[in-house]
Amino acid sequence: MAQQIPLVDYLVLGDDPHLVANECTSCGARYFDRRNACASCEATGFKKVDIPTTGEVRTFTIVTFAAPGIPVPYVAAVVDCEGTSVRANLINVTPDPEHVTTGMKVRLATEVIGTDDNGTEAVGFGFEPLGG
Amino acid sequence: MASASEEVWVLGIHMTKFGKHPDLDTVDLAAEAVQGALADGGVTMKDMGVIGAGNLMGGALPIGQVLQKQLGQTGIPVYNVSNACATGATALRVAVMAIKAGEVDMGLAFGVEKLAGAGLLAGGSRKSDDSTWTPSGRYGAVAGVDGRIGTEIMPGVFAQIGLEYGHRYGGTSFELFAKISEKNHSHSTLNPLAAYTKKMTLDEIMNDVMIAYPNTRPMCSANCDGAAAAVVVSGSKLKTLSLEQQKRAVKISASILTTDPWEEACQILPNVNDLTRNAAAQAYEQAGVGPSDLNLVELHDCFATAELVHYDNLGLCERGGAADFFNSGATWRDGTTPVNVSGGLESKGHPIAATGIANVWEVATHLRGEAGDRQIPGAKVGLTHVIGLGSACGIHILEKSAA
Repeated sequence: MAQQIPLVDYLVLGDDPHLVANECTSCGARYFDRRNACASCEATGFKKVDIPTTGEVRTFTIVTFAAPGIPVPYVAAVVDCEGTSVRANLINVTPDPEHVTTGMKVRLATEVIGTDDNGTEAVGFGFEPLGG
Repeated sequence: MASASEEVWVLGIHMTKFGKHPDLDTVDLAAEAVQGALADGGVTMKDMGVIGAGNLMGGALPIGQVLQKQLGQTGIPVYNVSNACATGATALRVAVMAIKAGEVDMGLAFGVEKLAGAGLLAGGSRKSDDSTWTPSGRYGAVAGVDGRIGTEIMPGVFAQIGLEYGHRYGGTSFELFAKISEKNHSHSTLNPLAAYTKKMTLDEIMNDVMIAYPNTRPMCSANCDGAAAAVVVSGSKLKTLSLEQQKRAVKISASILTTDPWEEACQILPNVNDLTRNAAAQAYEQAGVGPSDLNLVELHDCFATAELVHYDNLGLCERGGAADFFNSGATWRDGTTPVNVSGGLESKGHPIAATGIANVWEVATHLRGEAGDRQIPGAKVGLTHVIGLGSACGIHILEKSAA
């Protein structure tokens, strides 16, 4: 199997792929990037927490016009993962308003986005319909 | 000299025709707006005590000083400001604050942009993947994420903002958002300064090029060239000017700027709601008026999906009631709360840094009774609103002179 690297450092690969966030140890606010301090309470202590891999689509758009090199259409969405909001594409779903709706239940899925000159695969993530 | 409790008035104001100006550069457009505002107010650069200047896409030039070199180098302080689509409102606010602070009794604000022919203004430039994956940035990304982890394009961001409102409160549909655009394009037919003045049917809007569902091309703000400028004056200085100047002056009863407060999802999808709600509450309190007192509103319809949520955020309707409010006809020019009678950003156009002063020009022109065919009869109070993503919200409430 080829070497793999996650598209972003908050995606953990392996047998049970999931997202991790930096959680403020003072107020519980969660961030996917590193923070100098908490934007909610100003505290500076953070711990890593796993994000649930299932959620509900709170909103979406179907992008049909994008920069050259970005394949369209794609579905961009905000998924509510049991209280933590996550930005992601919806994948493994027909990208039209008949098949994508707010409130639909989804789960995390990964996909290879490309292979570099060293043969390493970059792996991204999205959410796919549950029970699909 | 002005005092801290000083009233602030618009003395002169001007906007250029929005659209394509291939023969005018950024400085020409700014100069046209500023000369228009000075002439409208019956004053000159020598009367100005401060300049707030805005331009986002013109490069690194300090636009305020560049303008002075064309119109008058009087040595006064210039504040070149940058606040995304709220840049014009921010420039105006700088001049207002200088008067409120008692430092000057007259100031100038302007915003200018050359955008005709521009495409997507964000997310339009993902570079091709590197030959080896190397994590970089605060997310340790090994490749571009636009289109891979959600979208960075504005039509898509604001599409999600509109659909989120629909998810929470119900009542929205592709057709509803398209009808908002139909209204604004209809309004634009009466505005000779709008970039696009063509009436569009609902069918034409819904069947135009889809950019990011549910926003088709005519439901997006129009990139164009344009500039707007305003001369503001303290209440005590205004009393020393001519009766004609006093009659045409428009009172700035509220001038507010807010940024987005923290909430759980605000760094996943920009929250344009809370900062607008906060700004509106502060503005109504400062002006001593409520939403029902407004005779017209120019709000930030950068996309049709955005206009809907701001009906609610500005308190024009009950919480959650924006769809019913629009369906009642309230926001058409003959409705109870006319919104974007200029045509809005979707048809008047959105030369970014000019927008936050151009909407003040629109409202001021109605309050002066000088809006011609599109005059809202008897207009006495109006509100302007802009959002710059990042985010900043500027609100101004304007009132007709009693002089």
